[in-house]
Amino acid sequence: MTEGATTVAVRPKEGAPRGLLAFRGVEMVFPNGVHAVHTVDMDIAPGEFVSVVGPSGCGKSTLLRIASGLARPTAGEVVLNTGHIAYVFQDPTLLPWRTVRQNVELCTQLKKLPKAERAEKARQAIEMVGLAGFENRHPNQLSGGMRMRASLARALTLEPEVFLFDEPFGAIDEITRERLNSELLRIFRARAFAGVFVTHSIAEAVFLSTRVAVMCARPGRIIGEFEVPFPYPREPELRSTPEFAALTGEIGRCLRSGAQ
Amino acid sequence: MISTMAPGVPAASTAEPVTSAGQARMRGYVTMGGPPLIVFALFVAVWYLISYGLLSERRRFLLPPPHDVVSVGFLDWHNFAEILAGLSSTAAISLAGFAIAGTIGFTLAVVMSQSVAMERSFYPYAVALQTLPVLAMTPLVGLWFGFDTFSRILICSILALFPIITNTLFGLKSVEPSQRDLFDLMKAGRWTRLWRLEIPAALPNILTGLRISGGLSVIGAIVADFFFRQGDPGIGRLLDIYRASLETERLYAAIICSSLLGLALFLTNTLISRHVLRNWHASAHSKSS
Ligand SMILES: Nc1ncnc2c1ncn2[C@@H]1O[C@H](COP(=O)(O)OP(=O)(O)OP(=O)(O)O)[C@@H](O)[C@H]1O
Ligand SMILES: [Mg+2]
Repeated sequence: MTEGATTVAVRPKEGAPRGLLAFRGVEMVFPNGVHAVHTVDMDIAPGEFVSVVGPSGCGKSTLLRIASGLARPTAGEVVLNTGHIAYVFQDPTLLPWRTVRQNVELCTQLKKLPKAERAEKARQAIEMVGLAGFENRHPNQLSGGMRMRASLARALTLEPEVFLFDEPFGAIDEITRERLNSELLRIFRARAFAGVFVTHSIAEAVFLSTRVAVMCARPGRIIGEFEVPFPYPREPELRSTPEFAALTGEIGRCLRSGAQ
Repeated sequence: MISTMAPGVPAASTAEPVTSAGQARMRGYVTMGGPPLIVFALFVAVWYLISYGLLSERRRFLLPPPHDVVSVGFLDWHNFAEILAGLSSTAAISLAGFAIAGTIGFTLAVVMSQSVAMERSFYPYAVALQTLPVLAMTPLVGLWFGFDTFSRILICSILALFPIITNTLFGLKSVEPSQRDLFDLMKAGRWTRLWRLEIPAALPNILTGLRISGGLSVIGAIVADFFFRQGDPGIGRLLDIYRASLETERLYAAIICSSLLGLALFLTNTLISRHVLRNWHASAHSKSS
């Protein structure tokens, strides 16, 4: 993305927190009358990793689309204080005529980075998501999980300050998923982006995040936010501690209360 | 290579495993080529049956037996050379018409895909072009542009234009929304989007359009041969001459040759699209590949 580019508005307000990304009274009503998002207020500061959990159809993807500027909210606004944003879509959106390497290079190519730099960034990103050796495959020769990882690698090449993830690991097996979770945390620690991560897995949300937001449907809104107190770096063993279980339990209860 | 032979097979056949790969391939060709060959044999048999069984000697000119067609139409060099010359003239016309239709059709489709206003303004006429009876226009085209090569190419390209426009336009417009989102997010410009996303995504459709148009351009060229009789005679004009002089052996030979021309163009286009789409499109991996 170009420097200083904005999705909806760059308006660093006085007195407002120096957040990278802020939702202010965001509301989304689709032309067909579906009230997808109802007054969401949320601030995401650098170094924060916010997960959003909620039932299917509660407006999570819509929220990310609004944050990225792909959709305009019908009320309220999104303040985005950076031009460096990356977005991993819910489906891999790879271009079938390109190889994995060419797909991973797409974003940097569209940003007109020099060839050598592009190739180097792609190589690193492919390695990071564990697709080394598959560079010359075409998407139709990959499994669903591998496609998603290629999509993740493509976003990583952008070295974003704000990173939006829409269920990136939904189609990936438990083992690989946990490995990718740890890998993602390592990248998060190294690059210090602000993350918004949509997932259906409460455990994944807690393991990754500094904060977990719980949404409920009809209309989609945030009904609870939970600070995650565990310090980084987090080891996989964290998942089996009683504190971890207590927090996931609490979030689960909140989620269920919203479903009624 | 794993031998499929059961143990205890007599020693006489020990040479078999070595050639079994070749044999398997041969068997593949046979199973692939076999059924069409059987149909062809049946076809020839029925041809003979009609020729000798149903037609009296006086009326046998309606369907001369295959060997007469071959000996008069193909083996008589003078006759065959005439057919070949007509065929190459028609082939040149249809290739020219095909190329023109391809270029104009593709350009129009791209223009229409880039602007709703353009599409609204032009698309109805593109449709009208297809419903237009081209044959009804040929006298007018002749009056305006003469009865020569130019008119032949013109009719040919008008006939071949429509499938290219519709298929290309359909392909350009059916890019997946999420892929568009990706390019939106990267703030890609119109040209980048066209070149890196829309045209590659439309390739399968474009190639389909070209395949259909290829066939139409051959038909268009043969039809135009009938109407525009100046310049070197195309195969269509030869067909007409042979019909008029009741030289049916040569007529059948000319018909067979023009079908082969259409077939050749179709096969070429199919091979090209297989090659272009070999890596990513389902149609390139269909059963017959
Ligand atoms: N373009 C649109 N037009 C109309 N309604 C839409 C549109 N996009 C989404 N919706 C509706 O808005 C609601 C929220 O959709 P959204 O895709 O944000 O859900 P989600 O929380 O991401 O669900 P999931 O977990 O299944 O991905 C749904 O009811 C959906 O039907
Ligand atoms: Mg979604």
